[in-house]
Amino acid sequence: MAVTGAVLVLFLIGHMLGNLKIFLGAESFNSYAEWLRTVGEPAVPGRALLTITEIGLVAAVVLHMWSAVSLARRARRARPVKYAARRRSQAGGYVVHTMRYGGVVILLFVIWHLLDLTFGTVNPKGFHATPYDRVVAGFDPSRWWVTAFYIAALVMVGLHLRHGMWSAFQTLGLANGRRRHLLRGFAAGFAAVLVLGFLSVPIAVMIGVVK
Amino acid sequence: MNLTLKVWRQNGPADSGRMVTYQVTDVSPDMSFLEMLDVLNERLILEGDDPVAFDHDCREGICGMCGMVINGVAHGEQRATTTCQLHMRHFEDGATITIEPWRAAPFPVVKDLVVDRSSFDRIIQAGGFISVPAGSAPDAHSVPVKKEDADDAFDAATCIGCGACVAACPNGSASLFTAAKITHLGLLPQGQPERDSRAVAMVEQMDLEGFGGCTNTGECTAVCPKGISLDVITQMNRDYLKAAK
Ligand code: HEM
Ligand code: SF4
Ligand code: FES
Repeated sequence: MAVTGAVLVLFLIGHMLGNLKIFLGAESFNSYAEWLRTVGEPAVPGRALLTITEIGLVAAVVLHMWSAVSLARRARRARPVKYAARRRSQAGGYVVHTMRYGGVVILLFVIWHLLDLTFGTVNPKGFHATPYDRVVAGFDPSRWWVTAFYIAALVMVGLHLRHGMWSAFQTLGLANGRRRHLLRGFAAGFAAVLVLGFLSVPIAVMIGVVK
Repeated sequence: MNLTLKVWRQNGPADSGRMVTYQVTDVSPDMSFLEMLDVLNERLILEGDDPVAFDHDCREGICGMCGMVINGVAHGEQRATTTCQLHMRHFEDGATITIEPWRAAPFPVVKDLVVDRSSFDRIIQAGGFISVPAGSAPDAHSVPVKKEDADDAFDAATCIGCGACVAACPNGSASLFTAAKITHLGLLPQGQPERDSRAVAMVEQMDLEGFGGCTNTGECTAVCPKGISLDVITQMNRDYLKAAK
């Protein structure tokens, strides 16, 4: 979980920063998308690095899910008889109890998101439009429900990272004593920055700052 | 105080068990939770019924026998307190209290609220010991121990093996218990020779017993009557990763 999660976090950082290029205008954003496809040429064939990254990401997602499913199955086997009384969380963290279904929500979001902005299947402009046009059309005010879904899913991503990141540090044996509080704070702050960075794009399109 | 109890009754390991409701009257707020159950049991015995079986021994919070889940919380909602040290003054007159055994496959129910925690013993047997030449006790200062290490080892050693951590964990993981033992021995000079093999053997035994995997929810440390910190799990992960390298 920790290792595959870390790969996905690295991707999210890059992806969030890349998205912010939309504020520099259509040209900048489109040439960035173009650059993603041609980086490394001619030393490597076109799209090679992007394809390798994509394969790595799919592998990380699959392994991440596989770990989550096997942990959930072990948990179910470890407690065959459930408690009759409703159990209130004593640890006071609601976030950790959203990890499993939150992960499923994020997965559904990623599928929609790929159909929307990568393949253009559910995007008004379709596959052949420029990435910039796809984003602007995708988050058009008339499609407010798409934007609402993005916002909800991104908040879920934030919660997921808030627990996930410090949990990864803990699993790797790095979060002891005072450092745990620092790492917890770092995870919360980092998740908030990431989510705000991601959210700025659909919201900017919706309110017409980016058009 | 008058109370309504909903208690898990199960005649033996093979019985499927059920919740049974009892009224208990004239409970003093100064009674401990176990004394309140004694009142119920005395009445059940007089009426010719089977008393509610529950484990207990020291009744002073140091043996770890008296585990039960009270209103959905291991050892009840009072923090850092075993059931035997929990007093009825923390409950309201007329309250309904649900009492259940620890729920975990590696802790099978023996009868009513009594569970078999031999799985913990087997984790200890796998590596929770040090090999020393027996003989008379060594001089107190013959092996120097850093003050911080002594403190941390002692904190970890206060684990009484009650199993509340497992009962509270949504994953049914025994990580807090196992890690407390690994940390307690691993921080002291006497524990160094077997430090690596201990971490691996105890973690493997824990998994073999059918406990779940830790996802760092922190529910264990919140209910632990001895306040064992998540730091011990960090230490266990460190030792395990180092040994597995
Ligand atoms: C609302 C904020 C987001 C916006 C505006 C956005 C925008 C985009 C765009 C325009 C693309 C296509 C890039 C291209 O074709 O060159 C893309 C791809 C992608 N996005 Fe997002 N994204 C956002 C949030 C997220 C989040 C939170 C995740 C993960 C949980 C994510 C996962 C992906 C993935 C996996 C791809 C495909 C990458 C590839 O095909 O190489 N996105 N995104
Ligand atoms: S770690 Fe705490 S809750 Fe777990 S067995 Fe030890 S004393 Fe009980
Ligand atoms: S009876 Fe010994 S700890 Fe409660």
